[in-house]
This record gives sequence, C-alpha cells and structure tokens, in this order.
Amino acid sequence: MTMAAPKPSSDRSESTDAGAAPGSREFSEALLDPEAAPPAGLVGPDGKAAPKRFNVYRNNVIVSLSEALGQSFPAILSLLGEDYFNALARAFVTRHPPETPVLMWYGGAFADFLERFPPLAAYPYLADVARVEWAWLQAYHAADATPLNPAELSAVAPDKIAGVRFARHPAAAVVTSKWPVLDLVRANRFATDTADSIDLDAPQSVLVTRPDMDVGVFLLRPGGEVFLSALFEGTTLGEAAASALEKTSEFSLADCLSDCLSSGAFTAIEGY
Amino acid sequence: MKHKAMSAAIVAGAVATAVAGLSSTVPAHAQAKEKCYGVSLKGQNDCKAGAGTTCAGTSTVDYQGNAWTLVPKGTCVTMDVPGDRHGSLTELKRDLPKA
Repeated sequence: MTMAAPKPSSDRSESTDAGAAPGSREFSEALLDPEAAPPAGLVGPDGKAAPKRFNVYRNNVIVSLSEALGQSFPAILSLLGEDYFNALARAFVTRHPPETPVLMWYGGAFADFLERFPPLAAYPYLADVARVEWAWLQAYHAADATPLNPAELSAVAPDKIAGVRFARHPAAAVVTSKWPVLDLVRANRFATDTADSIDLDAPQSVLVTRPDMDVGVFLLRPGGEVFLSALFEGTTLGEAAASALEKTSEFSLADCLSDCLSSGAFTAIEGY
Repeated sequence: MKHKAMSAAIVAGAVATAVAGLSSTVPAHAQAKEKCYGVSLKGQNDCKAGAGTTCAGTSTVDYQGNAWTLVPKGTCVTMDVPGDRHGSLTELKRDLPKA
C-alpha cells in the first residue's frame, strides 16, 4: 500500500461538489488524524465524496502499522498487554509514520518514544527491551558475513597486538543497559512459558549478532559493553581494554575477547 | 593512553589466552548450516522475523482516543521498579477508562 493519492475513478462524473483530486500530502496527513475530515476532492465511483471509504483506508493504515510494530516488538507487547500495546502503537504510528516503504525497518524510533512517553515513566526498562528487539530485527536482516577466525589473531606479532582494530560484523550491536534486558527479553519473547522472577536491580548489557543463521543475544561480562562499543567505534584493542578497565576493575580482557570472538562479533582485524 | 594503560605484554597475553581457549570451539563454528524448510514448530520458524514477513492489514475499525491512560496488563505489572516508582495496579486504577 502506498501513500500516493488514489487513482481517479474511470467513470468520474461532472459532479460539482467533488472538485479537484487532493494532493498526496493532504491525503497522507489526513490518514494519520482520525479527527481530520477526508481530503476535499476525494470521490467514490459515483463521483460523490466518500468519507466512509476513506475511513476504512485510514483505519487500515493505523491498524496494519500497529500490527507490524507488535510483530517486531513481541516482548514489549507481552510486557504491556494487548490493549495497552494497541493504544500505544496507535499513538506512535500517528507521530512516527514510516520513512521508507520497507515494513521490516519500521519502528526504529519506538525505543526512544517509549523512553519519553510520560504514562510509562514507571516502567523505565521498556526502552532498553525495545532496543534489544530492534537490534534483533536488524541482525536478522543484516548481510551475511563470515566471522573472524580467532586464529588470525595468533598471526599478529605480540608487540603489535595492542594496536589491532576490529571490523564489526554487519549484524552485531551492543545494547548497554542498567536493567536486566536479557532476562526481560528472554522471559517475554523466547521463553514465555517460564515464570522465573526477574531481579530489576541486576543490570545486563548484551551483544546481539548473527554469526550464522540464527540471531543470538549474548550477555556481556562487566566492562564488556565499554570494551566492545569502543572496538565497534574503531579504537584499538589496547585502548578499548584500557577504557573498560577504567570503568570497572572486574574487566577481564581474555574473557571478554573470548566471548566476542566465539559469538562472532567481528569479521576481520586490521591496522596492525 | 591516559588512564590505567595496559602494557603490550598484558594485552598479548590476554589475546593468547582468549584464542587458545577458543581453538577447540572453532570446528563447531565452521560446521555449515543450510536453510531448511518445513521443519519448524509452529510459531518458531525463522521466517517470522518481524513486520513485513507476514500479511498485516486487516481492518478492526476502532478509533480509540487517549487509551494509553489504560494500565499495562502484561507482565510489566508483576515487576516493581526500585525506588519510589511502582507500577502498582491499585494505585493506577483510577486512570482506567469506563469500559
């Protein structure tokens, strides 16, 4: 379904109340506002104004985008419940209509929207849950790439190793959170039949990536989010490790690097 | 580097440890997977990967206005946020619209 103006009816009559066909901007703006009158000049096959037809179309736009959002953010849907989610999605859709015709890329602004939505201020972990789900969706549709073979690191001279930079795998993303996002996403998306209680005081940051066919959400060790974010920004191994150590003395370079290599966060090493 | 710099020797040692620990897992990684159709359990197929991978667009004509004054009815309500901010049902019931 496109946002273009409807085709004029072939048997358009000479009716005088119909007027000229509405512009596409006027048409799409009226689509997102249920209170707005149908665009002037929009007529049915009989040449008369067609508010009911327009309302059906207008409703389909909102409902289909809301459903799309629910399919991309199933954990948020589960956390809020269907009624609340539908109402929330409606509010989001009217403020953030799609910017591309590709539905699987719809919803990139949803996490920030949740974060700033005053009625949900009592549930501050929702935005980070949505960030993990968005990263999952991007990872799923990212380009295929073979992860870095760890053995390549063995080929680097020991005195050069701290200067190595890593190329991020196209599917890889870090979500840093002060909430237990992994547990929340797991309980509300992947293992919805388990009823383990979740400790909201236990922060979790995760790496989302897809080294092969399946998207994985991996828990990062302390300091891992600083380390990996720095590497993804292009800093050297030595600098990234130092920033992580500065953040937390618990940081273990060997353990974190091992996790990142085995989960397929990178595709290549360079710059040594 | 400014802060707690890591010496080249420490970095090299950690990398060696990391790589050595992984060498046994590499063959498993290298195992080729192929796309297989028709074997997924209902609802667990990889094809259902977000919006646009299925057909949405059914009309359920209902214009609700400011319905977000509803209280979340999902698992959100079973979790309380540390501090004074609670997502308590009883506290928020007043905001429920008349059914």
